[in-house]
Amino acid sequence: MKRGLTGFNIAALVVGFGFLYLPIVLLVIYSFNASRLVTVWGGFSTRWYASLFRNEQLLDAIWVTFRVGLISATIATILGTLAAIALVRARHFRGRTVFSGMVFAPLVMPEVILGLSLLLLFVSLGMPRGFWTVTVSHATITMCYACVVIQARLAAFDQQLEEAAQDLGCPPIKSFFLVTLPNIAPAVAAAWMLAFTLSLDDLVIASFTSGPGATTLPMRIYSQVRLGVSPEINAVSTLLIGLVATGVIAVYLFQLRRKTDD
Amino acid sequence: MKARRDRTSLTALAPFLWLGLFFLFPFLLVAKLSLSETALAMPPYAPRLDWSQGIAGLKAFLAGLDFETYARLPTDRLYVVAYLSSLKFAGVATFILLLLGYPLAYAMARCTPSVRRALLMAVILPFWTSFLIRVYALIGILKPEGLLNVALRAVGLGPVSLLNTDTAIYIGLVYAYLPFMVLPLYAVLERQQHDLLEAAADLGCTPLEAFWRVTFPLSLPGVAAGSLLCFIPMVGEFVIPDLLGGSSTLMLGKTIWTEFFANRDWPAASAVAIVLLFTLVIPIVLYQRQQAKLTELGR
Amino acid sequence: MTERSRPRLNIGAVRSTFAPWADPTAKPLVRFENVVKRFDGETAVNGVSLDIYPGEFFALLGPSGCGKTTLMRLLAGFETPDEGRVLLAGEDLAGKRPHERPVNMMFQSYALFPHLSVERNIAFGLKQQGMPKDEIAARVSEMLSLVRLDGLAKRKPHQLSGGQRQRVALARAIAPRPKMLLLDEPLAALDKKLREETQWELMALQQQLGMTFLIVTHDQEEAMVTADRIAVMRSGQIVQMGRPADVYEAPNSRYVADFIGDVNIFEGVAEHADGLSVRLASAESPQGFDIVEDDRIPLGSTAWLAVRPEKILVHLDEPPPGPNRMAGKVADIGYLGDWTTYLVELESGRTIRAARANATRFVDRPVDWDDQVWLTFARDAGVVLTQ
Repeated sequence: MKRGLTGFNIAALVVGFGFLYLPIVLLVIYSFNASRLVTVWGGFSTRWYASLFRNEQLLDAIWVTFRVGLISATIATILGTLAAIALVRARHFRGRTVFSGMVFAPLVMPEVILGLSLLLLFVSLGMPRGFWTVTVSHATITMCYACVVIQARLAAFDQQLEEAAQDLGCPPIKSFFLVTLPNIAPAVAAAWMLAFTLSLDDLVIASFTSGPGATTLPMRIYSQVRLGVSPEINAVSTLLIGLVATGVIAVYLFQLRRKTDD
Repeated sequence: MKARRDRTSLTALAPFLWLGLFFLFPFLLVAKLSLSETALAMPPYAPRLDWSQGIAGLKAFLAGLDFETYARLPTDRLYVVAYLSSLKFAGVATFILLLLGYPLAYAMARCTPSVRRALLMAVILPFWTSFLIRVYALIGILKPEGLLNVALRAVGLGPVSLLNTDTAIYIGLVYAYLPFMVLPLYAVLERQQHDLLEAAADLGCTPLEAFWRVTFPLSLPGVAAGSLLCFIPMVGEFVIPDLLGGSSTLMLGKTIWTEFFANRDWPAASAVAIVLLFTLVIPIVLYQRQQAKLTELGR
Repeated sequence: MTERSRPRLNIGAVRSTFAPWADPTAKPLVRFENVVKRFDGETAVNGVSLDIYPGEFFALLGPSGCGKTTLMRLLAGFETPDEGRVLLAGEDLAGKRPHERPVNMMFQSYALFPHLSVERNIAFGLKQQGMPKDEIAARVSEMLSLVRLDGLAKRKPHQLSGGQRQRVALARAIAPRPKMLLLDEPLAALDKKLREETQWELMALQQQLGMTFLIVTHDQEEAMVTADRIAVMRSGQIVQMGRPADVYEAPNSRYVADFIGDVNIFEGVAEHADGLSVRLASAESPQGFDIVEDDRIPLGSTAWLAVRPEKILVHLDEPPPGPNRMAGKVADIGYLGDWTTYLVELESGRTIRAARANATRFVDRPVDWDDQVWLTFARDAGVVLTQ
């Protein structure tokens, strides 16, 4: 498209990005506010971060959330990769329509329904709700996102490369690991990151499927937010935003460098 | 060749079983539960299937199912209002998102490639950031003693009370879903060839006419994709109405939550969920078809 | 009749002593036996039988969808025949998977592994054979100098030009010293000039390695330049097989005559045929056509005469009357530098294509649009076809 922006274009960019970023920026700034009052600037301080690290409940929730995220993202990535291979490579098999429906439905279904249905499953199976029920639930939903990410990359991957490997004497399964996997690795990594982040952020499904002793960070934040804005929550939110932003920007810069290498 | 193809489909086995157990089967449970009745028990519904009685148990179980819960829904004003206002909130917010998102995506597409990449990344970043935290950040601005009113007072304007109003919900929906609207719009606008506009100018169009006769019609698939991508989850949204809306605000997602956790009326929650899902089937199918068309265009 | 001596005809301007296909004792390297392959009810290969001999450069030529690529993929093992057999060195290949077959393929897209450097691409097949490391290194550098890519060993495929990529693909495929190299449209992605150069290089390389090459192409020039023999394919069948000169100068059907090179085809009725020559009555030439032809054409039957443009002479002065002579007006002239092509409209309305090599820089009497011209050709310039 044509380079050169009109005044209207610039206004759209300023309003759009201002709207997107202003609340986050303010939240980050006020996490360093010395005052307990959210709107009064009482000078720079890191006291809320210090008190955050003394808040056992919050630390506990962070620990639970990370464990759930790590395990569920790993399960989701493995299952999502398998599902993507089946959807891209095996064009005809019995139940393919049902299968692809099951993979795509969770992406568009309201979270409340997903959470409710999973809860009913655990109740009817007589499974006590806790750490593992949240983990399994997160793995179920995030594997669909993982699958979509990997599927896109796999579909764009030239299948002739695998044929070339076989032609050069490589058995089919080995050529998948030697040729296809290294080439879709960035997508697999991105899928894991997406699954991990989604698990980290999820409130609704965790609220339905979690039980005593397995309160995740979003659940903890939610229950505190209902009581009002608290500087400690500002601090923990800032840490989370910082973590995700670092990850995303690092990946972006990495890709940028690879592109300029070309 | 044939043998090999069969072996590839074996990779579907594990995810198939997993999704069958943790997605499809629970879903059938919701459908079943919506046909049951509340009971003072744990779990709080009846009938329950008793396998020990065999076929007779199954018969008794099936006989206990009925559509009573569904019959109850339209007679209760609460559900009707929740249903209609969910559609209204989602519809109006989608429209506002388009008005805000289209100029933004259009301006992004006009930037130089390196700036474009950075801006794209800036749109994606909030998408990765916790939804809950972003909604929470809005509370700090919108609440009565919040930053918005501090700013307004500074310029001599009276305080406005936004938190716990419908306006706050609209602000929250637009804020949270803006990246979902911008990304598909940007995708179609960025792909558009500049020489199309040059051709239009060559054939006598002013820039504005060229926009309406060339750019906009060509971007309609993106408009449709973005609108559906926002509309569908917004109908079932829970966090935003719960945290930003007032106690009188009713939306389906919140209703399900309340029925389930506060009222312990599991059949009602299930029935509302099923109704919500049936409402969304049409936009979901439309969205899938739109996606298929977009991938076709991308080739 | 049989006592009558037939004229000894040398077809084409090339003489070659390499002709294992004419030797009944020679053993073929590859044999296709009545091979049939169907895809969802569509027959892609329909009963092909074909022998390829060691050291041969063989070309499968045909339009897209004629089954030539499927035939090659049957040999590489990516498809299995529905009927018939494929043999390599006398051994049935049925049940052998692609990685178990001692043939290598150069893919049309090159299919270079994007995550591996040039040298690791070339080493891929060698590692698979379990070759020791130092031998691999030696073979890789040998290959790199063979395809003139020394110094690019560490590059990734995306850092190479199209021509360099093509040579890496070639080196990768020949590095494991396969019994046979399969080339699927190897030059299709190159521009014209590079394509021509590479054709000669491929020939030289094949001579140097003494390897059997099978090339699949839709480009007749590519096939004619490189191959010892060409099989022309149509709708899953081989319609003619022979040396390049055979298929060009002695096509067996209007299809082959038209597919390979330019051709003018005249319809006529056989008036006379004695095993030495054929005379056709035709509306195009007042005194008919008189052609050297040792095939006997049934009298009174319809036959077609195919004459290549470069064999038709253009005269500005009226030649003496006789057969193989037509009059017309110049409708269009295409000056190509090395050749000039004339489109001549006959009185009947037919347009005939004649070409002349521009052997000198200066011409006494240049031809202009709308000039009245006469076209003639020699008795052995055309070929009479019955199908």
